[in-house]
Amino acid sequence: MANTSGRVIGVNGNMVSVEFDSAISKNEVGYILLGDVKLKGEVIKINKNVASLQVFEMTEGISVGDSVEFSDEMLSVELGPGLLQQIYDGLQNPLPELASQCGFFLQRGVYLDPIPNLDWEFTPSVKVGDLLRPADTFGTVPEGLFTHEIMLPFSFADVDWKVTSIKEKGTYNVREEIATVEDPKGNKRNLTMVFTWPVKRAIKTYEERLRPDETLVTKIRIIDTFLPVAKGGTYCTPGPFGAGKTVLQHMTSRNADVDIVIIAACGERAGEVVEVLKEFPELTDPKTGRSLMERTIIICNTSSMPVASREASVYTAVTIAEYYRQMGLDILLLADSTSRWAQAMREMSGRLEEIPGEEAFPAYLESRISEFYERAGKVRLKDGRIGSVTIGGTVSPAGGNFEEPVTQATLKVVGAFHGLSRERSDARKYPAIDPLGSWSKYVGIIAANKVEYARSILFRGSEVNQMMKVVGEEGTSIADYVVYQKSELIDTCYLQQNSFDPVDSSIPIERQRHVFDLMFTVLAAKYDLESKKEVRSFFNTLRQKFLDWNNVEFKGERFSQLEGEIKKLYKGKFVQFDHVAEKLM
Amino acid sequence: MMQKVYSKIESIVGNVITVRAEGVSNGDLAIVTTSQGTSYANVIKLDHDLVSLQIFSGGQGVSTGDQIRFLGVPMRVSYSDNLMGRVFDGTGKPRDKGPSLTENMVDIGGPAVNPAMRIVPRNMIRTGIPMIDVFNTLVESQKLPIFSVSGEPYNQLLARIAMQAEVDLIILGGMGLKYDDFLYFKDTLEASGAMSRTIMFVHTASDPTVECILVPDMALAVAEKFALDGKKVLVLLTDMTNFADSLKEMAITMDQVPSNRGYPGDLYSALASRYEKAVDFEGAGSLTILAVTTMPGDDVTHPVPDNTGYITEGQYYLKGGRIEPFGSLSRLKQQVNKDTRDDHRALMDGMIKLFASYKESVEKKSMGFMMTEWDEKLLKYGALFEEKLMDLSVNIPLEQALDLGWEILAECFEPNETGLKSDLILNRWPKKSVD
Repeated sequence: MANTSGRVIGVNGNMVSVEFDSAISKNEVGYILLGDVKLKGEVIKINKNVASLQVFEMTEGISVGDSVEFSDEMLSVELGPGLLQQIYDGLQNPLPELASQCGFFLQRGVYLDPIPNLDWEFTPSVKVGDLLRPADTFGTVPEGLFTHEIMLPFSFADVDWKVTSIKEKGTYNVREEIATVEDPKGNKRNLTMVFTWPVKRAIKTYEERLRPDETLVTKIRIIDTFLPVAKGGTYCTPGPFGAGKTVLQHMTSRNADVDIVIIAACGERAGEVVEVLKEFPELTDPKTGRSLMERTIIICNTSSMPVASREASVYTAVTIAEYYRQMGLDILLLADSTSRWAQAMREMSGRLEEIPGEEAFPAYLESRISEFYERAGKVRLKDGRIGSVTIGGTVSPAGGNFEEPVTQATLKVVGAFHGLSRERSDARKYPAIDPLGSWSKYVGIIAANKVEYARSILFRGSEVNQMMKVVGEEGTSIADYVVYQKSELIDTCYLQQNSFDPVDSSIPIERQRHVFDLMFTVLAAKYDLESKKEVRSFFNTLRQKFLDWNNVEFKGERFSQLEGEIKKLYKGKFVQFDHVAEKLM
Repeated sequence: MMQKVYSKIESIVGNVITVRAEGVSNGDLAIVTTSQGTSYANVIKLDHDLVSLQIFSGGQGVSTGDQIRFLGVPMRVSYSDNLMGRVFDGTGKPRDKGPSLTENMVDIGGPAVNPAMRIVPRNMIRTGIPMIDVFNTLVESQKLPIFSVSGEPYNQLLARIAMQAEVDLIILGGMGLKYDDFLYFKDTLEASGAMSRTIMFVHTASDPTVECILVPDMALAVAEKFALDGKKVLVLLTDMTNFADSLKEMAITMDQVPSNRGYPGDLYSALASRYEKAVDFEGAGSLTILAVTTMPGDDVTHPVPDNTGYITEGQYYLKGGRIEPFGSLSRLKQQVNKDTRDDHRALMDGMIKLFASYKESVEKKSMGFMMTEWDEKLLKYGALFEEKLMDLSVNIPLEQALDLGWEILAECFEPNETGLKSDLILNRWPKKSVD
C-alpha cells in the first residue's frame, strides 16, 4: 500500500499545514522532506484536505511546496530488551549515540534506532503449536537484573495466534526473526524481540486493575510516615523555583523500593540531567548491590530542545513503564516537570488558534493531565502476577501560586500531594514539603491514628506559634508552649532529613518505625516542667539527642546508647500520658 | 540564489508586513527598501503564498509599494577575531566607526547542545567581588540572572564584572539600554582597557523593537563559536526584561493569545533556549551567562523573573546597592568551593549564619527591645561585614577576602561564639595583634 504524500502550504512556528491527497489519520507521523533531511512531525488536526503537522524540530528553512511523506503509523516507541540504562530524547532517540554521530549539538532530522542492535541469549518458553494472545510471553532474555520477557506484540488482534515456528535457545540479534505465528484465518506474522506501540494509547493487556494498597517506600521519613505514596498510585510535587523539587526527585529515584525507575526530564535544566548521568553509574543500588544505572531509564527533553517532542516525552516514558509492568515489575516514573509539558500543549494550542481557557492553557488541559496520571496503576496480569506503574510528577506553578490551572488540574487526579513551600526552603528545612497543607490518600508504614495524633500536634504547634507572634512568649501558657516545642521537635528531628548525610539520607522502614515509636512516646507524655525556660532547655536537649541519633548507624552501639539517653531524659520529667495518646499505644 | 524583488505588500500591522511571494523559506532574511532606506526583515510565517515578515527597523513609514528582496539565507552574524573591541547593533551593523564585517557568517539561534555531551561544571570564575567569589561563587557554564529593582546599580555591577572577571572574552548584549548607560559601558571599558577583550551588541531604548529580540541570539551565537574555539567566554546581558517585553510586543502584533500579563505562552521556552546556551565544552572553551532581569515593582512572581528562576542555576539579588546574601544563590557553588581553600565552605556558612542573627538583632533593636551583650557584638559584626565585604566597590581576590572574613570575626567574637569547627579556628583564627 502506497503511503499518502502531501505538500506544505503554510508554516507557523513549529506548526506546518500540509495539503494531502488520500487518507491520513490523526496522530499519524509525517516527514517533511527538506533536501536530504527528513523532519518528523505528528498530525494533530485534520480539516478537509489540510492536515496540521506538529513538527518535532525547528522549522527554519521549510518552504511552501516542500513534499511531505506520511508514514501510516502513529507516533510510537520501540519496545524490547536493551531499554534499560538508555538515555533517550522525547522521541526515543538515544542521545549518547547521537552525540557520537553528530558531536556537541543536536542535529535535526537524525533519527537512530532506539533499541541498540545487540545480541541476546534467548530462551523460548513455548513450542510449535502453542496458542498465544497479545502480551503472552513466548521467550525470555536476561537483561541485567531482570528476566526480560519477549511477548506477542500488544497491537496484534486479540485472537489465538498459533506458534508455527520458534528458534531454539541461543544467541540472536534483537531484530532477527525468532518465531512465526499464525492467526485463525491463516495470516502469518514474523516475530523479533522488538515491536512498537503508539505512545498516546495506554497498554491494557492485563486482567484487572487493583487498588494501590501497598506503600512505596522512599526512605524519606516525611513521605513514608506522613504523606505516603503507594505502588501503582500517583502523586505530585508542586513548588516554587529553588524549593528543591528536583533534589527531592533525585533522592526518590535513588532510594525508591521499586524494580525500575524512569526519569522523564521534561523541559527542565540540562545541567540537572547531567548530574544524574554522571552520578548514577557511580552509585550502588542498596537493594541489588549493582549500579543504580542498571535499573534506570532516562528520557531527557530539556528546556532548549524542541517543544513538540517535550510534549511527546512524558508519553514515551509512561509507555516504556507500562511495557515493563507487563513483566510483573514495579516501575516508578518521575516526571520533572509536568508544567513544562502543559506549556508545550499551550504553545501548540495557540498555534492551532484554539479558544484558550484559563491562562491561555487549552480547554482540554485537565482531561490530558488526568489521562496521563490514569496510566499509573497496580494491575493483576493474565498469569496472576502483579505489576505496577507509579507516577510522581513535579509541578512548577507560576509565581509559586498553587491556584494556577496545572496544579489544580493535577490535584484532582493524584492520590498524594507533596506541596513544597518557599518558607520552609528559605529556612533550609529540607525536604521542604509543607506538612500541614500536604495530604495523601494512601496507607503509610505506621498506624494511621498515631500519625494523625502527631499531625494534630503539628497543627496545634503552628497555631501556638502564630499566636506567640502576636502576644509574645510572655502571653503564652506553659501548656501551649510545650505543644509548640513538641511540634518543633517533630519538625526538626523527624520531618527534616539531611540528604547529604550518609546515614540520614535514606531511612529504611524498620528504623522509621523504631524512631517514630520513641518519638510518639515523647510526644504523648505530659511533663513536670515549671517555667518556659525549663521547657526550652528540656526540649533543646531532647532535640540535640534526637538529631545525633538520626546520624548514627541503626542498631549500632552508639545508637542504643543515645536511645537510652533519650529515654532517661524524658522519664526524668515524665508525669503521665495524654489519655488520647494512651489509647493509641 | 533567488533575488526576485516583490513589491506588493498586502498588509502592515505594527512591525509585521505580509507580502505575496513564492519559494520563500521559513526564517529567511529579506531586505526591505523604503523611502527612509533599507532594513532587514525575516520570515516568521508562511500561509500559501502569503509571507509574513518582521521588519527589523519597524513598520513606521513602510509603504505598500515598497520593495522586498529575499536573500534565501537565515539571519547570520560574522565571526572572527576582528570582532574584538567592536560595537554592533542588533542586526550586526557597526555602531562604532569601524568597518562592517561580512566574512565567515554563522547562523544565529542554532541547535541545542546534546545533554549527553555536557559535563559537570568544575571551574570557578573569579570576579574579585567577595559577595560573589566567597558566598555565591560563579562557575564556568553557569547561567545566572541578576534580579534587581529598576534604579539599582546593576549596569555598574556588570561593568565591574566585565573589567575584573578572569575570562578570555566578554560579550555584552544590551537590550533597551538607555543611551547614557551604553556610553557608560563604553567609556568604562575603554578606560580600564577591558574593551580590547570585549564585543558589544547593543540595542538602545530608542532603537526598533525587533532588533532587541535579536541581541541575545547574536551575542550567544558569537560566544558559542568562541567557546568552541577554546575561549572562556562570559556573556553579560542587560536587561532580559526588555527582551521579554519585546517578545510580548511582537506576539500581540501577531495576534497570539497572551498567557500571563500579556506575555506569550512560549516565554519560558524563549528564555530557556537562550539561557541553555551556557555550556562547558569538553576539550574546548566554555560559555557563562550573567543576565540582568529587572523585576517590575520588586515582584519576583512577575512572569519574567519567575520563568527565569525556573531556568537559571540560582540568582543574585541586587538590593540597596549590594548583593543580598539571603535571596542570592549559586546552585553550582558546591561544585567548586570545596577545592578553593579548606576554610572556604565553613567560613561561608558560618559568616552567613552570624549575619542572619545580626539581622534578627537589628529587627529587635528597631522594635525597641533591650540589646544584650551578644546583640551588641552582632551589630558590630554586621556593620563591618556590610562595609568591608558587601560593598560593591570592594575588589580583592578570594583568598584575601577569606582572610578578611577571619579578621572581622576575630574583631567581634570569641572563637567559640562563631560556631566554626575547632581545628579550623586553630589554623585560621588571627593571632591577637598588639595594638
